[in-house]
Amino acid sequence: MDANNVLEIRGLNVEFASERGRLRALRDVDLTIPRGSIVGVVGESGCGKSTMINSIIGLLAHNATVSSGSISFQGEDLLQKSERELRDIRGQHISMIFQDPMTTLNPVLSIGTQMIDIQYRDQIPKAQKKARSIEMLSRVGIPDPESRLDNYPHQFSGGMRQRIAIAMALQAEPELLIADEPTTALDATLEVQIIHRLKDLQHSMGCSILFISHHLGVIAELCDFVIVMYGGEVVERGTVRDIFHRPSHPYTFKLLECDPARIAETTRSLPTIPGEIPNLAKLPPGCIFADRCERSIGLCREKIPPSTEFAEHHWARCHLAGEVSST
Amino acid sequence: MNTLLELDDVHVRFRTHSPLNAILKGIDDPFVDAVNGVSLEIGEGETYGLVGESGSGKTTLARSIIGLVEPQRGSIRYDGTELVGMPTAEMQKFRGNVGAMFQDPVGSLSPRMTIRSLLAEPFKIHDLSQRNLGQEVNRLLEMVGLNRDFANRYPHQLSGGQARRVGVARALALDPKLVVADEPTAGLDVSVQGEILNLLGRLQQELGISILVITHNLNVVRHITDRMGIMYFGRVVEQGPTETMFHQPSHPYTLALLSANPEPDPDAEIDRLELQGEVPSLFNRPSGCEFHPRCPFADDRCQASFPDLTELSDAHSYRCHHPLHVT
Repeated sequence: MDANNVLEIRGLNVEFASERGRLRALRDVDLTIPRGSIVGVVGESGCGKSTMINSIIGLLAHNATVSSGSISFQGEDLLQKSERELRDIRGQHISMIFQDPMTTLNPVLSIGTQMIDIQYRDQIPKAQKKARSIEMLSRVGIPDPESRLDNYPHQFSGGMRQRIAIAMALQAEPELLIADEPTTALDATLEVQIIHRLKDLQHSMGCSILFISHHLGVIAELCDFVIVMYGGEVVERGTVRDIFHRPSHPYTFKLLECDPARIAETTRSLPTIPGEIPNLAKLPPGCIFADRCERSIGLCREKIPPSTEFAEHHWARCHLAGEVSST
Repeated sequence: MNTLLELDDVHVRFRTHSPLNAILKGIDDPFVDAVNGVSLEIGEGETYGLVGESGSGKTTLARSIIGLVEPQRGSIRYDGTELVGMPTAEMQKFRGNVGAMFQDPVGSLSPRMTIRSLLAEPFKIHDLSQRNLGQEVNRLLEMVGLNRDFANRYPHQLSGGQARRVGVARALALDPKLVVADEPTAGLDVSVQGEILNLLGRLQQELGISILVITHNLNVVRHITDRMGIMYFGRVVEQGPTETMFHQPSHPYTLALLSANPEPDPDAEIDRLELQGEVPSLFNRPSGCEFHPRCPFADDRCQASFPDLTELSDAHSYRCHHPLHVT
């Protein structure tokens, strides 16, 4: 593993046992998070974003099996770790911000209690833990943090709760922060505040962020690298400029085209992607996107396309990769 | 264009303390103003977008139009009929004229009813059971582009987009002239969002209905509405033709909302009016203009007095002491 990378996922395959048979939820997923960078994950419901995150933090459901692949974090394979070892990593080296700030916090404990509780590993006096919590709250912009430690989650607004969740996630100064749609439940003006706050903190602490969102605008503004997922595969990855200016996979292209924010002329007829997402229990023999792809050729339905790098750091899984953006 | 719906100085207040409690606690006015003097008009065949952050009162306003909450003051006239103060029995009959689509596509359908019963329900409620219900259900399914087989399914067997289509069919079942759509595409993927908005647009053209769309997604508003209003703290602070509002907003809050919308382009030049803080609590109404604690242009006058309505040409009006580029 390259020492410049915090996390490297190679050839990850995850399957779920279900009534309908084996659901191949992730297939040959590769992901690289360079140290100190923000990597965005884009994709629609059912593309495997959550399964990927859960594999990283070891929280896959019981009916899931990792059939092959590796997840190296700081040089060690997380898939080989015992539950005990994973517990030491979670919260300390990898932490997470969830989508809904209303349900992440325990409603019956004060913010102060919760922030001190999560420092259980540190052998320092409680007063010092409290001081650290106060400092962290002020860093995420909670006014008057000292007196607010005694407040309960319901006494904070949505935006403040999400900032508290960020403070708790960053308190242990993790090397990797996973943010799963952290701004979806927030209003537009707050979303911008939170994104800027995250970017500032990432800068000053030097951690890496894996940022999941379906809001393309937020991804464009915040991330350095982007991976695009569809039907359990990473179909394209590249720098944020590659993805937004030179999309190479037809799905990326379509996804960008569908975003009403990118359509300058007002129109009452918005673009869509005809067809439905594939059934993961009955995979097509060829490319996963072939059924909905306007450019598919005979080969697409027969052979799974390989992942090709056609520009530095820019990969796509398509037989026609590189031709899409030019036409 | 004929006016279909006319709201004049609508006030909706919610009680916060019981009368006895208010006396004991010495509270003179045990109410919060959720909607505070809203006036607007929607023409026949027009789409009006109501935009605002959580807690701005947009959903309460919509609920007052369909008679789910009673305004304390003001008037709501639909096609010449006054709705405020209408007796409950009459209101129930009247509701057939206004179709409603609620937030959360799956959650707004009863989980125990099949799609067939869900679509037949409006006819039963409005004593139209003598019609051939099987035929009506098929007609509605076809209208929203769903296969007839869907009639036998339950809501949990539908995807978000399909459930939303059922919501559209239910709203249009009784041939209303007005549809109130509360966040019609929240929670849907972008490609599906396009499908639903195109469907609404097509049906509007075919049936000549008016639509009131409530959303916080400005990209959606830009494409599908003719006119829009911005709500803040229970008031419409600015309204006008959508085109004008996007190109020449007068109220600083409108500008802040427009610029808080991250663009899906990593190289976009960001010239942003970023707001500090959050929407204040309804229990703690700021004096004068409610926006002044967050407004970068606020001065003493904004703190002291609430700005009157200023009407520009073209049905464009705003409430602000320091409007932007008014020449």
